[in-house]
Amino acid sequence: MPEINLLEAIRQGIDEMMADDARVFVFGEDVGIRGGVFRVTEGLHAKYPGRIIDAPLAESVIVGACIGAAMNDTLPIAEIQFADFIAPAFNQIVQEAARIHYRSNGDWTVPMVIRAPYGGGIHGALYHSQSIEAFFAHVPGLKVVAPATPYDAKGLLKSAVEDPNPVLFLEHKKTYRLIKGQVPDEDYRVPIGPADIKRPGEDLSVFAYGLMLHYALEAAQTLANEGVSVEVVDLRTLRPLDTRTILTSVRRTAKALIVHEDNLTGGFGGEIAALIAEHAFEHLDAPVTRLGGPDVPAMPFAKPLEDAFMPSPGKIAAAMRKLAAY
Amino acid sequence: MTLTTSDVVLSPSGDGPSLAPETLREMFRFMLLARTIDERMWLLNRGGKAPFVISCQGHEAAQVGAAFALTRGKDFTLPYYRGLASVLVMGMTPTEVMLALFARAADPSSGGRQMPAHYGSRRLKIVTQSSPVGTQIAHAAGIGLAERIKGGDAVVWTSFGEGTTSQGDFHEALNLAAIHQLPAIFQCENNEYAISVPQKLQMAVANVADRAAAYGMPGITVDGTDVLAMYEVTRRAVERARRGDGPTLIEARVVRMTAHSSDDNDRTYRPSSELKRLRQHDPVVRFAAYLQEHDLLGEDAERELRQTIIAEVDAATDAAEQAPLPDPETLYDHVYAP
Repeated sequence: MPEINLLEAIRQGIDEMMADDARVFVFGEDVGIRGGVFRVTEGLHAKYPGRIIDAPLAESVIVGACIGAAMNDTLPIAEIQFADFIAPAFNQIVQEAARIHYRSNGDWTVPMVIRAPYGGGIHGALYHSQSIEAFFAHVPGLKVVAPATPYDAKGLLKSAVEDPNPVLFLEHKKTYRLIKGQVPDEDYRVPIGPADIKRPGEDLSVFAYGLMLHYALEAAQTLANEGVSVEVVDLRTLRPLDTRTILTSVRRTAKALIVHEDNLTGGFGGEIAALIAEHAFEHLDAPVTRLGGPDVPAMPFAKPLEDAFMPSPGKIAAAMRKLAAY
Repeated sequence: MTLTTSDVVLSPSGDGPSLAPETLREMFRFMLLARTIDERMWLLNRGGKAPFVISCQGHEAAQVGAAFALTRGKDFTLPYYRGLASVLVMGMTPTEVMLALFARAADPSSGGRQMPAHYGSRRLKIVTQSSPVGTQIAHAAGIGLAERIKGGDAVVWTSFGEGTTSQGDFHEALNLAAIHQLPAIFQCENNEYAISVPQKLQMAVANVADRAAAYGMPGITVDGTDVLAMYEVTRRAVERARRGDGPTLIEARVVRMTAHSSDDNDRTYRPSSELKRLRQHDPVVRFAAYLQEHDLLGEDAERELRQTIIAEVDAATDAAEQAPLPDPETLYDHVYAP
């Protein structure tokens, strides 16, 4: 199996879906001849004339037009250049895309993907570093996925394009070229929904996604050297959430740590903590613990400030130790 | 052909389009049907049977004229909440409208989930609408974009009030549609009020259509109480769109003959002299006079038509009122498509 990075995996997924189905098209800023600011659509503009479309600099209509196109028998992939710029499209995503099937009593569907590079640690400052998942994972009618590996990214991308519902597809920018992995040549899917145990363990469970999944795996290896067996669960999909895998894991290990880069208060980790408290309380040997970004408006630019914001393998390992010793 | 404002000198007394007498009578029937349903909804509201009404009164000619220029079952329509007359022309029945008013399970627009007047029907290509205004204009542009990708020749028509043209989605969507010359018709029904806010506090330009120049598309201001002018202007815009020559912004100058909704009282912000004058611009009265003047609809025939429509609306009201409400167990249905 060839080893490719996460960005190439997403590009392959888009490419293969476009080759298979003429209804698939991409609409976003700079996606055309430039191939996107991260090069996700590089080479596709020439390969699929008229279907890799540069959008005007207007996020609301990027999503809004894709909603309309989805209702006219096409399969749009909207690209929001940076997740930080998704706010103008919030109304279209939440009020429209997520509610159209429900409000029309099942008459209309919105089969579309909204790709959004998110996350920090790349010197992106306040407006090129944000994590936005909590805003959208709150919304019934929307699916939210956040793959961490090339294999999952490609498989989930294909599932997202085929899904009859709007799917917010979150791509951690720092994983784009940093994370490499084996991806088979043959066609496959990773279903939206199921979490994946990336490292089995016995002493405590860690729940993470995106870049934090990799930091958690690194920290788990550190803890293994110290004699602590950590199970690392990659959530992969935030909505609908795989509650069964989460609860099964924590019932076995009796300790739970949730890690995300988004700031802590009101972050997605609170939902997992509540789930565990409600359904696995009697199995717990320690308080459910969260490690998130600090409650500051967004990630600063200067390196010391950025480092101070980002959860790191070291910070995660420290949280694991504390929990293991409880 | 390039449409300009100066092209639009149409009026029933001038160079109207050559429509067959039966088509003209059918247009009038839809206008009268919309008015009759609308008035009935207010009665039901004031009688305590319908919690909410939002009106089409004064907009009938703008919508019927436009909708007659579209191809039913082929072209997409994305009306806003005043779009009763347009959806009737596109195929929605009075009973279906009343089912939505009473929030019945069989309401085709939403199964009783949305407030009344949020029309939608996939079968009729009437796209489901929400309450935040202007979002549908972006959808319309996207439907046009998809039609371009598919190589089809359907056109998309969307409507909205003049207040909505202050929204970013209006600007973003018209800009996109013009860049790609998408097959779209944007109909602004300018009744000069956004709830209580008059046009002069909504924009500094005299006409919404003036904005079209900034997008690079034709913009036309039409007397929206003149059904034949509306038909002709829309017909040209549809031809243009179908040919691949791009979108058109049509500003229909209409009157809002009621308060904003059943929860509003427009006497608190509209001068009484203005309210009295509204009836002089009633598009239904105007077209009835035109048809009589041209011997296309005699007094007896009009009386008979009114009676037929009242009976139809009576039957629709009864059928809808007796239809079952949604089962609470369906609350969780259709959160996600299977």
